[in-house]
Amino acid sequence: MAGKTLYDKLFDSHLVRTNDDGSSLIYIDRQVLHEVTSPQAFEGLRLAGRKPWRIDANIATPDHNVPTTERSGGVDLIVDPVSRIQVKTLDANCDEFGILEFKMNDHRQGIVHVMAPEQGAILPGSTAVCGDSHTATLGALGALAHGIGTSEVEHVLATQCLITKKMQNMLVRVDGELGVGVTPKDVVLHVIGVIGTAGGTGYAIEFGGDVFRNMSMEGRMTVCNMAIEAGARVGLVAIDQTTIDYFDGRPFAPKGEQWEAAVSQWRDLVSDADAEFDAVVEIHAADIEPQVTWGTSPEMVVGVSGQVPNPDNEKDPVKVDGINRALKYMGLQADQKITDIKLDRVFIGSCTNSRIEDLRDAAKVVKGRKVADNIMQALVVPGSGLVKAQAEAEGLDKIFMEAGLEWREPGCSMCLAMNPDKLGNGEHCASTSNRNFEGRQGFGGRTHLVSPAMAAAAAVTGHFIDVRELI
Amino acid sequence: MNKFVLHTGIAAPLDRANVDTDMIIPKQFLKSIKRSGFGKNLFDELRYLDEGQPDQSCEGRPLNPEFVLNQPRYQGASILLARENFGCGSSREHAPWALDDYGFRCVIAPSFAEIFYNNCFKNGLLPIVLHDEKVDQLFKESAATDGYQLSIDLERQLVITPSGEEMAFSIDGFRKHCLLNGLDDIGLTLQHSDDIRAYEEKRRQQAPWLFDAIK
Ligand code: SF4
Repeated sequence: MAGKTLYDKLFDSHLVRTNDDGSSLIYIDRQVLHEVTSPQAFEGLRLAGRKPWRIDANIATPDHNVPTTERSGGVDLIVDPVSRIQVKTLDANCDEFGILEFKMNDHRQGIVHVMAPEQGAILPGSTAVCGDSHTATLGALGALAHGIGTSEVEHVLATQCLITKKMQNMLVRVDGELGVGVTPKDVVLHVIGVIGTAGGTGYAIEFGGDVFRNMSMEGRMTVCNMAIEAGARVGLVAIDQTTIDYFDGRPFAPKGEQWEAAVSQWRDLVSDADAEFDAVVEIHAADIEPQVTWGTSPEMVVGVSGQVPNPDNEKDPVKVDGINRALKYMGLQADQKITDIKLDRVFIGSCTNSRIEDLRDAAKVVKGRKVADNIMQALVVPGSGLVKAQAEAEGLDKIFMEAGLEWREPGCSMCLAMNPDKLGNGEHCASTSNRNFEGRQGFGGRTHLVSPAMAAAAAVTGHFIDVRELI
Repeated sequence: MNKFVLHTGIAAPLDRANVDTDMIIPKQFLKSIKRSGFGKNLFDELRYLDEGQPDQSCEGRPLNPEFVLNQPRYQGASILLARENFGCGSSREHAPWALDDYGFRCVIAPSFAEIFYNNCFKNGLLPIVLHDEKVDQLFKESAATDGYQLSIDLERQLVITPSGEEMAFSIDGFRKHCLLNGLDDIGLTLQHSDDIRAYEEKRRQQAPWLFDAIK
């Protein structure tokens, strides 16, 4: 019999039972909650007179709606009433049920997918869910992590289980060595460009090969974060010494004897050598250059030395139509050079790229330079209060502010514009977030997804430029 | 979820085809963080003469006297008679939440939109499909008789009119089981509580650190 993949191992070790209809009940070790997708789940529990199965398996923080400007005045000062009510409701629900929550002004508050790993709340070999599709991020830790809907949030609260069907296994291998200035974000954008936004549908993707072995934990999180943009609800990276070192000493990681026992189990969290994958994609690291999305779907991506595609070169009528629609929305010309795209705003943040390494990368590029005149706003939004504190300890905040970027409080911010940070109609933004859908960053806003270094380079030049020219 | 076994109640006829989810609960009410309290805005645009706003009390809003649910004879109705393709539109669960919150337990129509039909079962609401002519007959009878009541016997899969006429309907066996026993997905999973506890027990031995509290 063939060996098991990492996904198989994680799934099998959490199987509670197989239902008559072929679905499986899997046990969920951790649920992360935020203010947008949890209120109706809590209310559902109350209406049905149910209690959470295991309070201490949950951890919460508000992130989508919180302002990123000075906010010592507290939740009452959130201007938009719907945002304010959502944040207050999360606070009230967590207080009522006794769930640990890092409230808006707690120094550990942050974007769920930044905060939870940072705390060691999601451990290798565990299962984790959150009412948010970018929960895939947590697969970088060697955990089986799913994004779920509100009725499933309620189901997990009430039963500590999720009804699910087993996925297929896909291996994305990237071998070789990445060039200078090529970052994990470029790797994942390139992968999405190759397999397409639906390429991973129905699969759990494991990222393997030299590139991921040599990548930091933060880089792996950036990659797994965008597995969902390739259609896969789950992205995974096998455990190695890098993973183990990452967890050592985190607040919720096991300690002492338990740590030793855990580590010895974790070492087995890799796909067996003879495991069979249902699909394998192989990519050469040397082929990847810094990436920029030009269109309205993450698969509409090219290297920075490239140009906007020309629909005349495409035969498939559906694709031609897609290119034309994207060109129109984005206000771009066919064959236009990527480096000729002028920008209006820059956003460095989101659960994809708001960790300390991302901020260091960006700071290195802007250091000693100034934001270009045509850029009306360049935001740096750290992923959590702890990231913010670390960056300030390293003096990164000063570097950003001296260059003319704004240094903000942690939250989702302009990634989806549920708080006041938004693009104006028709504005182009170099953004380190994960979705360039129409209207995502504000009505009529035009998003270009890039790495933090590329966003920083765009900020100081006013247009896209190969960051390798600046470092 | 409430059990549904036998139900008798006033039937209110909503004589209109293709009632969509936006008509059932207009979109300005969907920003709420709740799943209860939608009943007062059920059919808001049909029911009131002004435009409803979220967070607004409905006391004192001008009622549309023509609208069926505003007529004294249909007060307290718990069975909705509807026309074809009831519940078309969005997939949001707010529509069944609103019907349920108003007090409806059952909707009878010649056809339903599929997602709405599925969502009803998740929320303890019974959608019944009857032949066009039968629905028409119920519409006529309810209009002719004040206080017209129907009985629904889910076990026997019958709609029973005041004169004792029995109209059979069909329903998926699994869904019937869930409604009769008041089981939603969560209820079904909780039937396997012993399995879940056994899993926890075993897993706690293997990986105790996963059971260390987050606090
Ligand atoms: S940063 Fe963006 S993608 Fe990530 S959780 Fe927040 S809104 Fe979602």
